[in-house]
Amino acid sequence: MIRVVLPAHLRTLARIGGEVKLEVEGPATVRSVLDALEALYPMLRGTIRDHVTKERRPFVRFFACEEDLSHDSTDAPLPEAVVKAAEPLIVLGAIAGGKLSLLEASA
Amino acid sequence: MCMAKVRVLVGTRKGAFILESDGKREHWDISGPHFAGWELYHLKGSPADPNRLYASQCSGWFGQMIQRSDDGGKTWAPAGNQFVYDGVPGTHQWYDGKPRPWEFKRVWHLEPSLTDPDTVYAGVEDAALFRSTDAGATWQELAGLRGHGSGPHWQPGAGGMCLHTILLDPGDPQRIFIAISAAGAFRTDDGGQTWKPINQGLNSLYIPDPTAEVGHCVHRIAMHSSHPQVLFMQKHWDVMRSDDAGDSWHEISGNLPTDFGFVIDVHAHEPETIYVVPITSDSLHYPPEGTLRVYRSRTGGNEWEALSKGLPQSDCYVNVLRDAMAVDSLDSCGVYFGTTGGQVYASSDAGDSWKPIVRDLPGVLSVEVQTLA
Repeated sequence: MIRVVLPAHLRTLARIGGEVKLEVEGPATVRSVLDALEALYPMLRGTIRDHVTKERRPFVRFFACEEDLSHDSTDAPLPEAVVKAAEPLIVLGAIAGGKLSLLEASA
Repeated sequence: MCMAKVRVLVGTRKGAFILESDGKREHWDISGPHFAGWELYHLKGSPADPNRLYASQCSGWFGQMIQRSDDGGKTWAPAGNQFVYDGVPGTHQWYDGKPRPWEFKRVWHLEPSLTDPDTVYAGVEDAALFRSTDAGATWQELAGLRGHGSGPHWQPGAGGMCLHTILLDPGDPQRIFIAISAAGAFRTDDGGQTWKPINQGLNSLYIPDPTAEVGHCVHRIAMHSSHPQVLFMQKHWDVMRSDDAGDSWHEISGNLPTDFGFVIDVHAHEPETIYVVPITSDSLHYPPEGTLRVYRSRTGGNEWEALSKGLPQSDCYVNVLRDAMAVDSLDSCGVYFGTTGGQVYASSDAGDSWKPIVRDLPGVLSVEVQTLA
């Protein structure tokens, strides 16, 4: 079982109260966890990573065990503590973003 | 006693709000924020089923969502949000004239079918038109628009390269008008398979060839349902009119204090009565002299009167964005517009007098109105 912590806006979108607990088939990686997450909550498709390319959205980051996993391969094994559910995989909205589109609406 | 109801759908920078009143339009119940914290570029109800609403919800962090309601906005459910360009997307021009690949950014405008609640069109950035025939679950591009051939020459306006206006011809289901900043207006007569630019008569001094076939920064087009061959346009600069479904345009700015602006709309019962909100200039996005005035022409353009009763007449520096004006269809036509300062002003007497029906929302991106039996 893998624990996933989502940003507040995505919890609201998917009507999730707290942490998400997922069973992942095969090796636990960022990719396999997101596959399982999106299968359970289809409305999250496209919000964390691109529908088609599966690239992480620019203002979303992945953390676990106080490490930034955002730039690691999404096929890299997750830390042992995450696999054992001692620690969650944290999907984080960066403290940025939004501003560009806010400007763009006005012209 | 008027039993009709009016529902105003307001999209803002931080959520959606729904305002409802009876036909007197004096007291308004406000619900919201729906989708708190997200940008709501546009919400619109189906003319075929007023309880079916569609909403474009987006975020710089988490991208695009489409939301659907089947009970007039009381509850919502996420619909499909996958917008994939047909085939190899190709390139358009960037601000510096260099080619840049088409990249989906967001949905600016949702236009439900006039007859089928499950069919809805989406105007997106980078400019393209998508359609769903399954209530928003899946989306397909009407690729003939970008395939017109001029696509590689389209450039973004200051707000991005967005398809922001979709007008469905009530008399001809095969005919659709759309507008793109800053490519111009286009029309299809075959249900969206093929398109042609309809920009003849537009004169844009800020582009290399002021009368080019494409490249015009059209801000908004409006039509009266009884005269779908007559179109009114607020261009970047210039208010324009076409009497031949866009084949040719002529200027109707007349005595406006400035002919820059974003919104334009038509009275529900008087096809020659139109409304604009003049904005000082493309670098000064607020009303001239800090006084907020709607201008109304009862002659289809050229002769305009200022409507200021009930609107702030000093120190007002808000903007009114392109999708932020709408009308109701009660006997005495109601006119509504929202500002970047978070006010929604309404007139229940066709513009003669105004009052704010809500005044402290986040900046308003869009206003739509449903007149309910």
